[in-house]
Amino acid sequence: MAHGPQPGLTRWLYTTNHKDIGSMYLWFSFAMFLLGGCMALIIRAELFQPGLQIVQPEFFNQMTTLHGLIMVFGAVMPAFVGLANWMIPLMVGAPDMALPRMNNWSFWILPFAFSMLLSTLFMSGGAPNFGWTFYAPLSTEYAPPSVTFFIFSIHIMGASSIMGAINIIATILNMRAPGMTLMKMPLFVWTWLITAYLLIAVMPVLAGVVTMMLMDIHFGTSFFSAAGGGDPVLFQHVFWFFGHPEVYIMILPAFGIVSMIIPTFARKPLFGYSSMVYATASIAFLSFIVWAHHMFTVGMPVAGELFFMYATMLIAVPTGVKVFNWVTTMFRGSMTFETPMLFSIAFVILFTIGGFSGLMLAIAPADFQYHDTYFVVAHFHYVLVPGAIFSITAAVYYWLPKWCGNMYNEAMGKLHFWLAFIGLNLTFFPMHFVGLAGMPRRIPDYALQFADFNQIASIGAFLFGAAQLVFLFNVIRTVRGGKKATDKVWESAHGLEWSIASPAPYHTFSIPPKVS
Amino acid sequence: MLMGLKRLFAPLVFPVLAPLAQAQEAERWGVNMPQGVTEVSHAIYDLHMLIFWICVVIGIAVFGVMFYSMWAHRKSRGHKAVQFHESTLVELAWTIVPILILFGMAIPATKTLYDMYDTGEADLDIMITGYQWKWKYDHLGTDVSYFSNLATPLTQINNALPKTANYLLEVDEPLVVPTNKKIRFLITANDVIHAWWVPALAVKKDAIPGFINESWTRIDEPGIYRGQCAELCGKDHGFMPIVVKAVPEPEYDAWLSERAIVAAKAAELTGKTFSFDELVEEGGEVYNRTCAACHQANGEGVPGTFPSIAGSKVATGPLEKHMDIVINGSTTNPAMQAFGPQLSEVQLAAVITYQRNAFGNNMGDTVQPIDILNFKNK
Repeated sequence: MAHGPQPGLTRWLYTTNHKDIGSMYLWFSFAMFLLGGCMALIIRAELFQPGLQIVQPEFFNQMTTLHGLIMVFGAVMPAFVGLANWMIPLMVGAPDMALPRMNNWSFWILPFAFSMLLSTLFMSGGAPNFGWTFYAPLSTEYAPPSVTFFIFSIHIMGASSIMGAINIIATILNMRAPGMTLMKMPLFVWTWLITAYLLIAVMPVLAGVVTMMLMDIHFGTSFFSAAGGGDPVLFQHVFWFFGHPEVYIMILPAFGIVSMIIPTFARKPLFGYSSMVYATASIAFLSFIVWAHHMFTVGMPVAGELFFMYATMLIAVPTGVKVFNWVTTMFRGSMTFETPMLFSIAFVILFTIGGFSGLMLAIAPADFQYHDTYFVVAHFHYVLVPGAIFSITAAVYYWLPKWCGNMYNEAMGKLHFWLAFIGLNLTFFPMHFVGLAGMPRRIPDYALQFADFNQIASIGAFLFGAAQLVFLFNVIRTVRGGKKATDKVWESAHGLEWSIASPAPYHTFSIPPKVS
Repeated sequence: MLMGLKRLFAPLVFPVLAPLAQAQEAERWGVNMPQGVTEVSHAIYDLHMLIFWICVVIGIAVFGVMFYSMWAHRKSRGHKAVQFHESTLVELAWTIVPILILFGMAIPATKTLYDMYDTGEADLDIMITGYQWKWKYDHLGTDVSYFSNLATPLTQINNALPKTANYLLEVDEPLVVPTNKKIRFLITANDVIHAWWVPALAVKKDAIPGFINESWTRIDEPGIYRGQCAELCGKDHGFMPIVVKAVPEPEYDAWLSERAIVAAKAAELTGKTFSFDELVEEGGEVYNRTCAACHQANGEGVPGTFPSIAGSKVATGPLEKHMDIVINGSTTNPAMQAFGPQLSEVQLAAVITYQRNAFGNNMGDTVQPIDILNFKNK
């Protein structure tokens, strides 16, 4: 197996190598992260002061919609798939992913999907402007003509995700090295296995709901129109049946990542490995029976409200188990605080804060006051930014030396961390206050009493944005050169990925390793 | 508790603004849910604070242990790691204890939820209909029905004039209701989904086209309570506020009969013939309130989304067609509503005359209220 990568551009076009495809996924997702971030900055710039200064409401709505879609489908999900591509074969001792050609395809359709989505910005009537949750009939009868392109791009993203998920499941179930039993798998592999099942279960539901929209718009059906015997609320039920598992798709792999990083820097094995696996599976199961907590104000019968309230509150139990396990892993360890550990600790603290506000939102009567306010915006940004984004960032710092063979600049990594940490809290913490005080979400202009906290949030957002440039610079510098990393990289790292050379050779584990 | 929080946070986040007057400060740095003026809103507030403090206590315990070990169990202090990694007993404990805490939250929450759903035995019914981008209120059992539009002028939104105190939270016609009466709201929408929300009443319910939702309130204190649409409903979602004016019952009854007199007077005007200038002047006002959100103040619309009126085929074509689209709405574009039921004959005549003679259209013709009535009856 001496042959390496092909020279030139065709290496990337034709590659079936899990490391190449993983890198492409990661770069693509980072580009989308910056793009979606710029849209967020347009939103924050407009909200810096009351009144309309920079953009008009139509364009503002396009920005909130595209920011959400790009961050969910373009940044977070592909980043996790990229990490899975790179790390799962290395962690289970497999030579590559189980279905390498499909792997190539599932990546390469993504740029087309997002080109199509972004092209809607230049169409007559503008880009989709109905929010990333695209509630009917705003997204059907009242949508701009570009909605059809939006529907097709969602179809392509869904196909990509399903193929990625099939590949991950096939790899984990069939290609583990001898001796790597399921309950010996690293937690990142476990959480991804469960996530992949969630993806296969719900992406077809998303495809179904956008297809129903397509039929309503172009073929005269009335799934979501009461005038034709349909029901706009049906849209929300179907959407959130996809949507709630979807938010766990964006957080379960994050749980896996921090469960790998914290033990390394606490120099102590993860506390409660098996309970972590069971908790992840419980969260995944519960994610299917809580969807209507996004719709407490649509006028469900009281029995429905109660069921979804109780089920949602239950999620706090396995999630709590996870947080307690992480804290106990740190307890009586021998900790050091390199950049990946800093991001992981911030993950535990800030994700827990997001969990608290999630518990508050689960209480149906109180949700009548929180629903569709900035309190919700604060909540889900607290679970997604320090949740998904921080864990991905931690993962990149943690495994980058293995990928490229060079150590990143620790001082710059810490600078990145502190800028991001302060920026994030300045941006999203005040949103709790304005939300409780009564500011609805998705508005381009607001009443005067919300002005001061919005100003702080906007300043924080630009700080957070600037922090990502430090990250980009640090990563590029590390890829191009720097202090050579050892094979083990971290003093107390455990797992098969640390048994191979740094940088990881183009082909690894051609002969399966033995796992004791 | 609320004041305590404010005192805690306000100086922390922005000490520069400290010298502001105390009252203004409270308004500006609002950090918590309002307690509101109804029994339900008080119950929700108490529930909110209960969960908040439970979360604070759990947070202090969890983060306390975490920060302690980050300080004490670090390698730089020479701490050696202790290699324990499992305890079924501990896992069981931190599964069962949270479940018990959740029970403690679920019981009061269930009770409050049942109260909120009890819409029976109401003293009066009010139908609320969401439109892009205004609210319509029907006091059922009376003839009183009116639209409630944003009253903040565009000049303030576009920063040409300074913003006044109730910027974006003021309307031309507030919803008037009596105090100490159980009011049932029947909530629906004409086009897309909206949500009617007044924080002080703790009423938030989606307004869904084709379906009618119910909610209720009983307001203890007279006053003016402000809210906003809470569900993204298109371009001007941020510009359709709600104002509820709660008055003692005698005042409410007086208001109802006054509305009836005003409505009768307005109906009389249908037979009157107006001059061109009168129609254009009145039409301009109606246009800015009703049409400008989409067609823009300059009549040029938004290319690709909202058609232009300046030089349009409709506004410079046959009068019949112009009246038809304004009164019955567009058959192809649902965003163009039917304004026949929304505006009076006088207003319709005025706004059509205005559209045909403004923005350089110069058709020179006038439409009288009686023409509108005849067209409607045809």
